[in-house]
Amino acid sequence: MMAVEVKDLRKSYNGFEALKGISFHLEKGEIFALLGPNGAGKTTTIRILCGLTRPGGGQAFFFGMDIFKNPLKAKKLAGLVPQALNLDLDLTVWENLLIHGLLFGLSLQEIKEQGQSLMEFSGLRARLHHKVRTLSGGMRRRVLITRALLHRPRILFLDEPTVGLDPHIRRKLWGLIKRIQQQGTTILLTTHYIEEAEFLANRVAFIDNGTLVIVDKPQNLTSRLGKYAVDIVQEDGLETKYFPDRQSAEDFILSRRETGTTVTLRRVNLEDAFVYFTGKRV
Amino acid sequence: MKGFLAVYLRELLIMWHRLPRMVLSFSVSPVLYLVAFGLGLGKHITIHGRPYLEFLIPGLVAASSMMQGFGINVEINVARFYMRVFEEIQAAPVSNLAYVLGEILAGVSRAFLSVSIILFITALARVSFSYGPAFWAGVFLNSFIFAALGVTSAMLIKSHADQALVSNFIITPMAFLGGTFFPVGNMPGPVQIILKTLPLTHASRLIRQAAYGQKILWNDLGILVALAGASLLLAYWSVDKARD
Repeated sequence: MMAVEVKDLRKSYNGFEALKGISFHLEKGEIFALLGPNGAGKTTTIRILCGLTRPGGGQAFFFGMDIFKNPLKAKKLAGLVPQALNLDLDLTVWENLLIHGLLFGLSLQEIKEQGQSLMEFSGLRARLHHKVRTLSGGMRRRVLITRALLHRPRILFLDEPTVGLDPHIRRKLWGLIKRIQQQGTTILLTTHYIEEAEFLANRVAFIDNGTLVIVDKPQNLTSRLGKYAVDIVQEDGLETKYFPDRQSAEDFILSRRETGTTVTLRRVNLEDAFVYFTGKRV
Repeated sequence: MKGFLAVYLRELLIMWHRLPRMVLSFSVSPVLYLVAFGLGLGKHITIHGRPYLEFLIPGLVAASSMMQGFGINVEINVARFYMRVFEEIQAAPVSNLAYVLGEILAGVSRAFLSVSIILFITALARVSFSYGPAFWAGVFLNSFIFAALGVTSAMLIKSHADQALVSNFIITPMAFLGGTFFPVGNMPGPVQIILKTLPLTHASRLIRQAAYGQKILWNDLGILVALAGASLLLAYWSVDKARD
């Protein structure tokens, strides 16, 4: 059974079509990344699936259950880590967890046990009784993830989970997200960080202008272009050429030696695939 | 039930962390009104054969329970626009009714805190009243109605700035005109008709009558119960509307 199934999901805001009928599914236990530029429809998709925004049309199912017909039951299955920090800054970490646990119907004992174990898991045990306001940005982000896991959701929605964090903290969070997946949680991740999607996702969907352009494994998406890319600096921008192997890429560079243009050889990445399929940069 | 408890507990925890500041801020207005209107202006005034201070204090109880009940809108606005905690609640399996009741009860708790402060100050001023069930029922219903209206306004406004407009155009005039500082019966006939449509007019009359130990004004009590039901429905509708 699929963990998440979305069929022809639509949403308009005052005549603007934010989602133009997207369909996709998530296998149980996979990390699925929605990759796209700002305004592509990533957050709208997550907001609808988490019950924060009404859909304009279409259907969505969690483990076969229609989430629009059973919103309260569906919410119990899902955990949300929103893009914007939405913690009570003047409450302690424990108080934030307590409120979340009660909102999701947990007993006090369950909240204590699960909260302590998750704080250990996320490396924040010592900060349990500190006010959120006193924590760093990276710590707050980890509290958000911990809070979303408190009620043991089977599906976790991560909306730009590492936006604004420095690379060191970002990589720490990637490790945490991988460990969450290893415990069997299905994860839908939105990001515009290419390397984040490449590192974390089992499958990636390119979303642009409210439309899902393509869905596949990251390696399948990049291998359609080749293995190596050569960036050629030109007066009107950057041109990229793709090659199946290193030798042919190097031969191409040698052939351009006389022209004096600046060229760079590198491996093909997911951003190349995104540009190729959408005609835009992320 | 746990959802309702979570919403209410969250507001209580916020209140707990700010309690000293809240007590100070809730004390300022009543003390000023008591000094200015009660001891200053009203020293030589009697209304219905009673010293003005005895008329004023029940009115202040009604006005204060209204303002602090309605004041829950500020907390909701902070949660919606600044902390964005409202989205955490929306993403939880909590019904709109549980959310509304949790916030209303938080508004009622704020109101009871402010009324307790006024009654403490009243005791210091050696003015005594009867605090029977009708008195507390009046305070409860009045704060319930305005807390529900506070939830409604918090859901319908689009920014912090809009909130000040609602308070300036609705709550402040009502605090002055709803029988707090003078008997509504002193106003010209057509004005009386308008003032009698205000919930605060009925609340201040009910609370004052109860504070004097006189018979319960069932008519006012009934109107407040009906308004409490209507404002609850309004708050419920507004929360549902806020989802987009």
